[in-house]
Amino acid sequence: MEREALTALVLAGHVDHGKSSLLGRLLHELGQLPAGKAEELAALSAKRGVPLEWSFALDSFQAERDQAITLDTTRVRLKTPRREFVVIDAPGHKELLRNMVSGASAANAALLVLDARTGSEEQTLRHAYVLKMLGVREIVVAINKMDLVDYSQKMFAQCQSEVGGALVRMGIEARAIVPVSARDGVNLCQPSSLLEWHRGPTLVGALEALPASVWETELPLRLPVQDVYRVDERRILFGRVESGSLATGDEIVFSPSGRSAKIAELMSWPDRTEAKLVAGDNASIVLDRPLIVERGDLASHRERLPKLTAVFDAEIFWLASQPLVAGRELTMHAAARTVGVRVQSIHHRIDLLTLERRPASQIAATEIAQVTLRAHQLLALDDFAKLPATGRFVLRDGFVTVGGGVIDASGYPDQRAIPAPTRETVPIKHQVSEAERTARLHHTGAVVWLTGLSAAGKSTLAMLLERRLFDAGYAVFVLDGDNVRRGLNANLGFSPEDRQENIRRVGEVAALFAEAGFVCITAFISPYRDDRRRARAALKSGRFFEVYLKADLAACEARDPKGLYRRARQGEIREFTGIDSPYEEPVAADLVIDTTARDVASCIDELLAYVVAHCRV
Amino acid sequence: MSEHLHALEQQSIYIIREAYARLKPLALLWSLGKDSNTLVWLARKAFLGRVPFPVMLLDTDNEFPEVYAFRDRLAQEWSLDYVNVRCPPLEETDPTLPPAARAAARKTLGLKRIITERQLRGILLGIRRDEQAVRGKERIFSPRRADGRWDFRDQPAELWDQFQTDFPADAHVRVHPLLSWTELDVWRYTQREGIPVCDLYFARDGRRFRSLGESDITKPIASTAATIADIIAELERTRESERAGRSMDHEREDAFERLRSAGYM
Repeated sequence: MEREALTALVLAGHVDHGKSSLLGRLLHELGQLPAGKAEELAALSAKRGVPLEWSFALDSFQAERDQAITLDTTRVRLKTPRREFVVIDAPGHKELLRNMVSGASAANAALLVLDARTGSEEQTLRHAYVLKMLGVREIVVAINKMDLVDYSQKMFAQCQSEVGGALVRMGIEARAIVPVSARDGVNLCQPSSLLEWHRGPTLVGALEALPASVWETELPLRLPVQDVYRVDERRILFGRVESGSLATGDEIVFSPSGRSAKIAELMSWPDRTEAKLVAGDNASIVLDRPLIVERGDLASHRERLPKLTAVFDAEIFWLASQPLVAGRELTMHAAARTVGVRVQSIHHRIDLLTLERRPASQIAATEIAQVTLRAHQLLALDDFAKLPATGRFVLRDGFVTVGGGVIDASGYPDQRAIPAPTRETVPIKHQVSEAERTARLHHTGAVVWLTGLSAAGKSTLAMLLERRLFDAGYAVFVLDGDNVRRGLNANLGFSPEDRQENIRRVGEVAALFAEAGFVCITAFISPYRDDRRRARAALKSGRFFEVYLKADLAACEARDPKGLYRRARQGEIREFTGIDSPYEEPVAADLVIDTTARDVASCIDELLAYVVAHCRV
Repeated sequence: MSEHLHALEQQSIYIIREAYARLKPLALLWSLGKDSNTLVWLARKAFLGRVPFPVMLLDTDNEFPEVYAFRDRLAQEWSLDYVNVRCPPLEETDPTLPPAARAAARKTLGLKRIITERQLRGILLGIRRDEQAVRGKERIFSPRRADGRWDFRDQPAELWDQFQTDFPADAHVRVHPLLSWTELDVWRYTQREGIPVCDLYFARDGRRFRSLGESDITKPIASTAATIADIIAELERTRESERAGRSMDHEREDAFERLRSAGYM
């Protein structure tokens, strides 16, 4: 079932390209300015010594009129012969991106306005990019001020191909690109003889042809718990259906706890109950059993659960004047949940003129960047590309909203896949003690966990270390992809969940080797911090040594001994760490060896010395 | 059922519940006009019949007698936790304001007083963007400093429905669940839901009130609309602005902007 609502249309584009004027004129042409408003505008314009300024219909602050610039967003209804819109006028000035996103985040469609004389400028492209990020998919472009280029077909064609091309590079297909003049009221509601060459629609025609906006009811159910309300001893869960639908009798699972219950009743007033609710509806849920549920929990059906993870990648826009740097602690608001997050790394910023990714160590106000965020607790979330409402977030620093972003957690495993440790088995007591094993071998058991990108030197150093330790009389063995993936993990692929399970098993097996008295060396990329932390926890503390073989992507790609990077770059191998799958650098490795700065001999000497110092008794 | 009205209703209920979940103590300002009646009705829907916070009138003793009678009836019928807030006298208002604006400023003072007295963190208000252009610039959750002033040059970003409710301890938040509604939406919804309205909205002797303010500064319009259906038909035709009968809006270009930045609703 699809449900139609009024289309919310945001006006976007560079400052002074005439957004408010276009809207003011359009309201006038459609007979929707209140009686006397046109005269009032004429008087206000005359008072300031300017020609009739249609933007004054929208720019209601005195300061906006005095500077002839929109400062903050406003909304008006616009009725065309066949449709009704909520039009959101948003400021175009770069400094006012905060107000622009406030308006645009509520929109389902956009009218991008640009000046025929200058074409698209950086701010036009920034707005287009932000619109795409905010989830606004439908875009009509108005090439305004055609009067100032003498209604030239050539100028229009030039603008059209330039802005159309820029949008396509962003992955946006404009519904229509329309020449108009707000000042002369040309091609707004009716075709004009001044634009005889124009074969496309009028502006109103293009807007009326926009597809109707719908709430997504076929998507998986997502209902963030907003409040737990009590009436006469009954606990009622409040929350809005953000996507999908739910009905009385449904079993729903609350994430991240995983607790579940059936819906006993969907309460309502003045009618007593509802049988079914769909996206956009507020629910008042009574469960069939008492359950600990709190604001921020995310309800869904068991068949289509959200992902559980603390770490994820995101594309963000930054609004604060102070630049964003890695390590920054912020508060994240997503669905109905508020959590602390740390900016784990900044990958790059987007150059809006060329759409190229530029390396960046900090993100300035109004810039757009790719980052990795790590929350202080496990979160239930979705990828924005699949479920927008539960795939986006706002960042605050104290009382100030400093940015917003959209989630791409596709490179990270679902923590729900981790089996809970069993508590029911009683550990068997060995008749050989740890001390006896150590006494015989003259060293303690340990795990030497090598981590780093592919071609960072893990296998090379692991095998050399094994040889050198063995020669020195150690009980030692290497676990690597070759001996583990052939048997123990033969059923696992390279998806984030399978990688996670691969590392979980390796961690457990390595721990068993260490308990048996061995020095067990592991040589796995092991890209996720949480996996390495779990591997460490599998073993008695103090006998797990995380060794980070530090080599950046460029160095590893230059080495590429097996040609894997080349194949990943050509798209032959998917989800390749460093290329299209993330690697989380260790924050507190026991030993860091930079394999780009030194030769193999010096690396192995240092590694050997470290292990001997920590294991020999 | 209109999907458009349904969408507006659900969005408003979401906002009201969000305010109640995050801003305590919370109160609702009931001016007894059609908009705040709708707001009270939506709050009843949000909380399954009973409004769980006080509903307050900023009383200047200048409301129409019909309005007071309407209040007495509904406060009882709807089991509201009704609070009558007496506004300070005219002498305490800013003397540089034009006369009608000055009368309106009494409400600003009354509001400030009750906020301090009850330590309110959130106030639900029935204002709409289409009523007045300056209100068009409002946020749904709009923070006010301790003195109640609206810093319209520095409004916080409001993204998606991630409404900001954390502010310094001495600030409060004005919450506007009806901001996206139009005058016609309110009437159509009032008709659909059967929400009671004061009789002054209906024509008597060829005149009716389109907007209800204090009796001394609000004028009726010429109209023959005797039912809600008539009013809807009338509004579909008219191009007169709703607050044309409110003298305080028209004294000077920036009169309303000044009132609002000083804390008016």
